Amino acid sequence: MFAPLFVIGNRPLTDLSYTTRAPEAASEQRPVVTMRDVSKVFSNGTLALKGMSLDVQSGEFISLLGPSGCGKSTALRIIAGLGAPSSGQVAWPSSKINSKGLPEGDVGFVFQEPTLMPWSTVFGNVYLPLKLRGVSKADARDAVMQQLANVGLADFAKAYPRELSGGMKMRVSIARALVTQPKLLLMDEPFAALDEITRQKLNDDVLELWTRTRVTVIFVTHSVFESAYLSNRIVVMRARPGQVYTDLPIAQPETRDADYRVSEFYRANCQTVSDALQRAIQSAES
Amino acid sequence: MADITRAASSEQGTDSAAIIAPPRVSNNEKLLRFIVPIGALLVFVLLWQAFVSLRGIPTYILPGPVDAIVALFKDSGTLWPALWVTLRITFMALGVALLGGVVLAIIIVQSKWLELALFPFTVILQVTPIIAIAPLILIYAPDTQTALMICAFLVAFFPILSNMVQGLKSVDHNLLNLFELYGAKGWQTLFFLKIPASMPYFMAGLRIAGGLSLIAAVVAEFAAGSAGQGSGLAFRLLESQYRLNLPRMFAALIMLCGTGIAIYALTSFVAWLTLHRWHESAIRREN
Repeated sequence: MFAPLFVIGNRPLTDLSYTTRAPEAASEQRPVVTMRDVSKVFSNGTLALKGMSLDVQSGEFISLLGPSGCGKSTALRIIAGLGAPSSGQVAWPSSKINSKGLPEGDVGFVFQEPTLMPWSTVFGNVYLPLKLRGVSKADARDAVMQQLANVGLADFAKAYPRELSGGMKMRVSIARALVTQPKLLLMDEPFAALDEITRQKLNDDVLELWTRTRVTVIFVTHSVFESAYLSNRIVVMRARPGQVYTDLPIAQPETRDADYRVSEFYRANCQTVSDALQRAIQSAES
Repeated sequence: MADITRAASSEQGTDSAAIIAPPRVSNNEKLLRFIVPIGALLVFVLLWQAFVSLRGIPTYILPGPVDAIVALFKDSGTLWPALWVTLRITFMALGVALLGGVVLAIIIVQSKWLELALFPFTVILQVTPIIAIAPLILIYAPDTQTALMICAFLVAFFPILSNMVQGLKSVDHNLLNLFELYGAKGWQTLFFLKIPASMPYFMAGLRIAGGLSLIAAVVAEFAAGSAGQGSGLAFRLLESQYRLNLPRMFAALIMLCGTGIAIYALTSFVAWLTLHRWHESAIRREN
């Protein structure tokens, strides 16, 4: 036998099983979206985001956590294609790209406000993404009703947004984001404006949805508890200028419930995340 | 999934929830709401009639309501055709103003530079009293009817244009982002988002323009001073004044007043029909 000349990782190049398996492994491992050295300067000269790089793997639940002004929402909007980066690149290795360089239909977005059209029914609001793609109402009906059922609002298809509570409006917004069956769900502080009880309920719902569909999620939040509860990876950001401070993998049990919220394991996770956030804030001040 | 459904229904319990039944207004109050304004008006009319009758005031100085009503029927051969002329001018002007105002607003919001270029014209035309331009329009217009229509149009046009521009610009930015995110084409954003979103503004403009177009049609006719067969209610008012036929003058006023109320009711109804399902302006406050 002879010794391998090159070693990549801990696998020798001569290992045949590696070379034959490589393409398959690579296609599984292809990230949903990658950011390379992305910066954003606003028109007033503010450097909102500096040199952010991020690989988002399929099935991840990532939280972008940081104080206000750390560029977490800006990063999310750039990923969604709302405003181009000033420098750097966003790439979609596993999606079909349209003329604007965006993976049309592969991204769902949930804003901080429900952002529903008040003149349209719940059904009409969830139908919107399909309508804009030219899908007829009859063809879209099943998909829309299934998403409404998923968020527990099947009975409210004919209601208008003003007739719903804040939490229910947010559910409609989530159903709308999922109706195109996106690969990536972007959520920009979606529950920040809701009361604590509703917020916990919706967190559980999002988690249940993620467990069931394994849709990749990027979740922007400024809550340590929320990020530590939901995500299996937390990207902590710092302000002035907005940039990535640290990237924490979070071990999570499969099922998370009310007991988990008071468990020592969860508390320890919160502690780790909170410490990282404190350091991020201090580094911006010093 | 069952969990989520359960979560949703329990949330409705805690979180203000669901469709709220409108508060009950007692039948008595409903009746009073109707009776009080009508009653006040009736009392006023009765006092007026009593004043005229008891003092024995001659009709060429102040006719009573009864005289006015009698004139309304007696002179219907003169008054109704005149009303028809005024109405035609009013509604043609309003129609053109609606079309022109909405189309121009849509064009204007496409380009900031276009808006800036048109800005001085809109301001000049809006701040100049219509009665001051009317003689000029009378010179250039092919006939009096067209001139009157142009006057009424100019007055009705601006509330619609400015409201519509405001409305088209007031679309929720996040909804615009959403449309962009889903790759909406320009016409889709216009028809599915911008136009529906500007409806409350448009309806406010419509209500103002409806009343103004009638006023402008009358004012312009005063300025034109046109006479003869094709003349409207304004001319009949002037004519009655010259002849000291005050009952007919009052009858014409009643007609104009009724027309104004009808236009207001019509535009309010259209606004209610469009907005009552979703907009705050058409919904009763729940407290």
